[in-house]
Parts: sequence; C-alpha cells; structure tokens
Amino acid sequence: MTDLKAKLGLNVFKPLPAPHIKIRAGMERDPRLKAAVRGCPAGLYSVNEKGEFVLAIDGCLECGTCRIACGTEVLEWSYPEGGAGVQFRFG
Amino acid sequence: MEKFDVIITGAGLAGLAAAYTLAGEGVEVVVLERGDYPGSKNVSGGRIYVNPVRDLFPGLWEEAPLERAIVREGATLMARNRSFTFHYTGSELRTGQPQSHSILRSKFDRWFSERVEERGGMLLPKTLVSDVIRENGKIIGVIAGGDELRADVVIACDGALSLIPEKAGLRSPGRAHDNAVGVKEIIQLDPNLINDRFSVGDGEGSAHLFAGDITKGLFGGGFLYTNRDSVSLGLVISIEDIAKEEAAGDIPALFEAFKARPEIEPLIRGGTTVEYGAHVIPEGGYRALSRLYGDGILVAGDSAGFALNLGFTVRGMEYALASGHYAAKAVIEAKKAGRYDAATLAAYQKFLEDSFVLKDFQTFQDTPRVLSNPHLFGHYPELVGNLLRDLYTVPAGPKSPIFTTLRRHLTLSQLWTILKDAREVTKI
Repeated sequence: MTDLKAKLGLNVFKPLPAPHIKIRAGMERDPRLKAAVRGCPAGLYSVNEKGEFVLAIDGCLECGTCRIACGTEVLEWSYPEGGAGVQFRFG
Repeated sequence: MEKFDVIITGAGLAGLAAAYTLAGEGVEVVVLERGDYPGSKNVSGGRIYVNPVRDLFPGLWEEAPLERAIVREGATLMARNRSFTFHYTGSELRTGQPQSHSILRSKFDRWFSERVEERGGMLLPKTLVSDVIRENGKIIGVIAGGDELRADVVIACDGALSLIPEKAGLRSPGRAHDNAVGVKEIIQLDPNLINDRFSVGDGEGSAHLFAGDITKGLFGGGFLYTNRDSVSLGLVISIEDIAKEEAAGDIPALFEAFKARPEIEPLIRGGTTVEYGAHVIPEGGYRALSRLYGDGILVAGDSAGFALNLGFTVRGMEYALASGHYAAKAVIEAKKAGRYDAATLAAYQKFLEDSFVLKDFQTFQDTPRVLSNPHLFGHYPELVGNLLRDLYTVPAGPKSPIFTTLRRHLTLSQLWTILKDAREVTKI
C-alpha cells in the first residue's frame, strides 16, 4: 500500500476544495462498495474498524471506476471543479 | 448571458476534432475543458491508427507530436508460470506512411488544441460543465463553472463516463458489464535502451499485448507501448469481473504482479516511473452505444461509447477523432438549415453510418461477447503453456513421441471445447 501511495505521489495533484465523491449517508455498509475497494486504481476505498466502507479522496485519479462499479445510489459522484484534482503531464 | 453557435464539453480528441472542423468553417465554437490544459485529464493506452482519419484532417499529421511509429507487434499468452509470445513485423510497417503511432495524450491534445485556437476556435480550460440547460425539451446550453452558457447546439465529448448525455436524457448510467478500468504507468527509459530491448530503430516502436493469468481469469489484458523516451505499461480489467470475483484481488496488486512478471521486468528494468494514471474504458461495443443525438445536442467519442476492442487491436482514438469531425459536419449542415432539432441533427448518424465508425461497430457487434469467454484468460494460456513445456522439455530418460504429448493435452473433450469456442470465434 505504501508503494501505491508513493506512486500516486509522482502525479501532479491540485488541491480539491471539497470531496467530489462521497458515500451517501446510510450507505456506508452497502455491499456494492466492495467492488470499489477492489476496483479503485488508487486504493482509496477501505473498511474501517466499525465495518463501514470509507473513502479517502486524496489521490483520486478521476477514472470513474467506482461510479460504474457501485452506482449512484451508493455514491454521490461528480468531477472536481475546474482546474482542481489530478493533472496528467503524460496521459 | 453568453451565447455561442456551438459549445463543446471536453477537450479530448472528439471535442478538439469537432472544434477543429467547425473553426475551419468559420463557425463560432467554444470548448470547455475541466483540466488545467487540454490533455490534463485524459488517459489513453497510447496507440493511434492514422489511416482511417488521415484524410479527415489534411496536413495535421506531419507536424503532430506523436511518439514512435509502430513497426513491431507482439502478443503474449500468459500462463501462471510460463508464457507463449509471438512477434510480427514486416516491410509494410516500415515503408511509406506508418499506420500507427504510440502517443501521449497530454502532449498531443495540448498541441491539437493550439491548432484549434489558430483557426479561431475558443478554448476555456479549468471549466467544469456540471449540467445542461433544457428549454421545452431542447438542450439550449450548459452550466459551466456556475454560469449559464447558451448555444445553438452542444456537442458532448465529456469522455467515457458520459455524464452530459446522461443529464440530457440520452442514456442511462454506464453499466459494469460494458466498461473496463485501465491503469497505466509511464516509465521513463533511455531511447537507446528502448531501441535495443524492443528491437527497433530510432523513431520506431513496438506494441505488445498480453492476456491470461495477469488478470486472474478476468476479462482484460495488458499492454506495453514504446514512446520516444518512455514506455506505457498498462493493465485493463472488466469492472463487472473485478466487482464479482473476490479471489482475483485488487487492481493495484494485479498491476504490480504484472509488472513483476519475468516477461515484463527485464524490459522496464532501470526505468523510472513518472506518472500513474487510470481511466474507465467503454467495452460494450455497438449494443452499448449512447443515443447519438437529440434536440440541440450531439454525442461523440468515448462519451458515445466509441471504443472497440478486437483482441489484437484496441481502438478508440480514431473513432473519437472521426465522430467529432462528423458531429461538426452535421452542425454545419444544421446551421445552413437554421434548425438544430433532433431530425436535422440526425445527419450525424447518417455520416457515421457511411463512414468506418458505425460500419466497424456493426461488423464487430458480437466481438465483445465472444472475447468475454473466460477460457481466453485462463484455460487456453495454461493449455498452450503446458503443451510447450512438454514439447521443449528433455527428460533424463527417453522422451515420449510428440503425438503422445499432443494427445495428453488435446483430449477429445478438450478438442470439443476448442471446437465450440472456435465456432463462436467465427462471429468476430
């Protein structure tokens, strides 16, 4: 996991004023979020000690996998505002 | 309130192609891009085939910042502990205009956007389009950065998630079944080292695809493309499969395992990773396409679902460029008619049907289903690997006859399975 953090650290990220993706209130234990834990390329989804899914938005690559995998009933999903978030130099 | 002839959402290849064509005809067009600059939010595997789009953009290709001309193709079946590789090269790949190049989108898109601006197209970076504006069922503009911007027509080129067509009511949210996730590292390497390791000359490149155990039996595969002074190493996996199959593990771990394979590691040894990107890729083919037009709106590129995986070739960028171009053509006709309703904009679909874009999608409409056969990602790589192991092994004692070795692997039930799968393959 530290390797992944280091790898994400290679990217250019501009600060996110607010999280652009949120687990909807009451959906923290929804099993559909398991797919995001496995599918998120940045490893941003995990399960906390209370057994709830949590999302740490820093390092988000804005790839869209979690929206497709979990759906918008579970996730409140939008892109960050203009000029924020990851800025690919190679693409 | 600002009013334009045409608003394009997203400065990727589709959006820029549409803007380039429109600006060339003197149409007032603005491209809204949420990134700091065009290309800053775009991730591609990194390989473009120029032939289908060469004549749509005359003069563009000579100067374009492409990486290497692909003169060497490779494919590897990855079993758990062994692999089978073939390479193809030919004088046809090394003479005349190259058919395909590796490409880094952040560089290319930025350059392409400058060509759009030279023609008088307007570009607004750092501007997120959050919604469409609808009036009497017709799309009349967008909400961008909190402001209302109006236009005669909106061309949605917002990429694979296709949020703008979804807001415009042209499609439902993308399904896991129709999408894959691609992850990629850009690994910097000395250009001479690239030439030596991949058996290519200066300016020449290799493209290599991998399938099998690297995705733990899930639909998908790996790719390795050589750029000028880096390689693009990536892994693509079906979102439906990664969601379903717990045993496969997670995407970052699968990618690290792929990188560490003995087939890959020596090729990237000593390289420096400089970027890690990821993106959703449409994989549903013809049946998963979005509706392509509505009142006051057209959809192009990934946003429409224009990406096509045929196993040996994985293409999206030519479809993005061409669909953007034809969307612009339809807008130019609509402008002449002075009407932007769905019936007028339907000309776009006709252009696409008459071009390689929808012809390809129709021809290959069964391919996504055939390629999703799990045998291709587990069973066959193992079978081929085991067969080769036994053919190449020299035991301490006497070696069995070749035919006995073949029959040990290719039993009747095995041949029956192959026959059944082969019958499906006739549909691709």
